[in-house]
Amino acid sequence: MAKVFIYPTTSLILSDLVARFGHQPLSAALQVREKIQTAGLESPPLQITPEDPKKGLKYAAVEVPSGVRGRMSLYGPMIEEAEAAVFIHDADFSFGCMGCARTNELIQFLLRKRGIPVLDLLYPRNDEEGVEFVAAISKFLQELPGGGT
Amino acid sequence: MKEYTPRYVGTVTKYVFVESPDMTPSDLAIRAYEISKGVMIKETCFGLQITGSEEEVDQIIARLREFDPPHIFVKDRGFPPGDPRRCRANLGGARPGYFGHEFEISLIRHVSKGIQELPGRPPDQPVHPVSAATPVRLDARKLQKIIESQES
Repeated sequence: MAKVFIYPTTSLILSDLVARFGHQPLSAALQVREKIQTAGLESPPLQITPEDPKKGLKYAAVEVPSGVRGRMSLYGPMIEEAEAAVFIHDADFSFGCMGCARTNELIQFLLRKRGIPVLDLLYPRNDEEGVEFVAAISKFLQELPGGGT
Repeated sequence: MKEYTPRYVGTVTKYVFVESPDMTPSDLAIRAYEISKGVMIKETCFGLQITGSEEEVDQIIARLREFDPPHIFVKDRGFPPGDPRRCRANLGGARPGYFGHEFEISLIRHVSKGIQELPGRPPDQPVHPVSAATPVRLDARKLQKIIESQES
């Protein structure tokens, strides 16, 4: 079973397909869950504290906006853990934790820089494309260590 | 800043979406309640939210998936159900994250089709995933609707 970074990290489709084919999806929810289940000082809504942009300094320079560094404190550990990545490039709009274009560029850059296998896709627009979409993800995941089903 | 005491520590919450011609979210909820054994289940308009220990939640989801595998989709959720920081009852308007689900659910029928077709596909058949250069083709269902509208 490989750890697969999914982009958008909030994607239902990717999260489901990666798990369905026997691998572990690395999604934003895992990091958010860890944050909100850890006791500390109250900092709603996501329990991002002033410490988090400091942790983000590992991934982005100090002159980069704190919003990027705060987000990188969530995604950075997942990027380090990832053994493969699946990107969907044409999310109609970015939402929630994915709502920062510069962070999204940095995530893709860091993942590609690691040299792990990456699959680039677009959302399917009809049934024929849906068949190819699922087949591409299935084939990609089968070739990863652990194979999938 | 005041002290923060988290709720439901050690639990996982997962969304179960159903987009099926044969099953409604309430059908799924009834079946989930039958096998829940005390795990927290919340029925929603799109499916369920299940909260409990990871092992229990995974067992229930594995059972639920069997009812309609190509049309049931599962995703992790960071917050437990009803959390005041996310619940629309407290915030008003749609829950943050809803728009992303709404967008993906609008095209998830194509993914369901792909899941249904996958077992019959030869393993050595080359894949041609969509790229930016792929022209948009007319969906076979839309063509069928056009034909039917002309015939009637």
